[in-house]
Amino acid sequence: MKEFAYFPGCSLEKMASSYHMSAMETTQKLGVKLNELDDWNCCGATTYFYIDELLAYTLCARNLAIAEKTGLDVVAPCSACYKNMFFTAAHLKKDEDLAEHVNFALEEDNLHFSGNVKVKHLIEVFAQDIGPDELKSKVTKPLEGIRIAPYYGCQIIRPQKEKEDVEQPQFFEELISAIGATPINYPLKMRCCGGSLIISSRTAALTMVRNLLQSAVDNQAAVIATACPMCQVNLEVYQQQVNLEFGTNFSVPVMYFTQLIGMALGIPNKKLGIGKEFVAMAPTPLAVETAWGLPRKTK
Amino acid sequence: MTDTITFGQEISNLLHAAEGEPLKTCIQCGTCSGTCPVAGYMDNSPRQIIALINLGKKEQVLESNTFWYCASCYHCTVRCPQEINITELMYALKRYSIWKNRYKEGLIGPTFSEAFVKMIVRGGRSFEPVLATSYIFSFNTREFVQEIQGATELLLKGRLPLLPARIKRLENFRRMIGRIIPMGGLE
Ligand code: SF4
Ligand code: SF4
Ligand code: SF4
Ligand code: SF4
Repeated sequence: MKEFAYFPGCSLEKMASSYHMSAMETTQKLGVKLNELDDWNCCGATTYFYIDELLAYTLCARNLAIAEKTGLDVVAPCSACYKNMFFTAAHLKKDEDLAEHVNFALEEDNLHFSGNVKVKHLIEVFAQDIGPDELKSKVTKPLEGIRIAPYYGCQIIRPQKEKEDVEQPQFFEELISAIGATPINYPLKMRCCGGSLIISSRTAALTMVRNLLQSAVDNQAAVIATACPMCQVNLEVYQQQVNLEFGTNFSVPVMYFTQLIGMALGIPNKKLGIGKEFVAMAPTPLAVETAWGLPRKTK
Repeated sequence: MTDTITFGQEISNLLHAAEGEPLKTCIQCGTCSGTCPVAGYMDNSPRQIIALINLGKKEQVLESNTFWYCASCYHCTVRCPQEINITELMYALKRYSIWKNRYKEGLIGPTFSEAFVKMIVRGGRSFEPVLATSYIFSFNTREFVQEIQGATELLLKGRLPLLPARIKRLENFRRMIGRIIPMGGLE
């Protein structure tokens, strides 16, 4: 059994509890154990970097130090957490000065980070550690005929970590194929959703969300799959706003990739948090099933 | 007088892990601006901002909404032929502008960021941050989405019913932060 340290991040505690639930259920079914980090703190997303870089690194480093104690690689389901942890680990490894500063602060919590933790995004666990072939072999209810738009968003793939393909990645598509569904190709799959701009520029944010939805819909997506709580929320919750603003009529379910994988593995909807969406327009399992012919679930 | 550094050098110094003055290597090809999904809403495109910095036009740069409108999507960064980390530059400009307490009238970014950091320093965890969407959403108060501006104001006034889950070793955590920044500044 593969084992990882798991950093849920604050958005998974509440807002994205369905992501958390489905992540736990699917990994367990696929023989992967996620151990939640003890007493983790919010990583601060990007906001700390606006104010104080050193503080930002310290906050991420605290979680990394806690993870390091477990001797396991650490996994984050939120793209922003992932990016922050990944680059904090990389910078601290490279920059002794910075590491010294940060470790001085960590002493207060009896922690030390020596740079020996590998940071992964949850989707990498599926794409690499489990792998599409293994996943495919476990599928009991293939989502045949369902057109799924993989939405990479920004921070899973950018900035570039090593030598991976940042222009045309395919790992999300491969996972969708593995569960028997059809991955659609649409030009905006890696474009920013703009959600973070909703406060500073509502027009910019809504326009960007609209363009994305349009791109997915133009390519006959039945569902948009995401691997990040922020992407999910932005694409789902702003559909109504976009419709009001632009007179459009979007009603596209936006689901976590773990929910879709869970369905294909025969995990009951309830355990995947399906039907728990906050927004009324979110796909009820029934709507998804009837509208796109998903295999009917046993209760 | 002799040791005053230029605005460009000042900004370069804020770029983490950058050697020398990376902005000087900009060839003004415009790839960044062409890639940027927000360029159309910015006072100056990313390419222009770099040109302005290199020309030492500090006032004009600080007056610009450009870096507050940057969504940190890193699309420009992965495409710049000179490997300039433009996203990092936008962060640097945000920090610079906060330090200097100089930002364009009516921009909500700086105040918002500060309020958010305070919230986490107090609690260790917060509800979803940067995206106001997200944490407004986390209370299951759908109506807030219609009134994001209003909700943000409430948040800034500390009136949203935020009850961040506190971490267990909070005292250690606060002392840890204290070694990085004087708590007085954030309380
Ligand atoms: S990126 Fe967001 S969700 Fe993740 S821990 Fe940081 S603040 Fe929380
Ligand atoms: S929420 Fe939007 S801005 Fe953030 S990573 Fe996802 S796509 Fe990018
Ligand atoms: S892409 Fe790079 S080199 Fe080209 S204008 Fe932008 S910053 Fe300059
Ligand atoms: S990181 Fe900022 S400047 Fe660069 S493309 Fe994205 S929004 Fe534009």
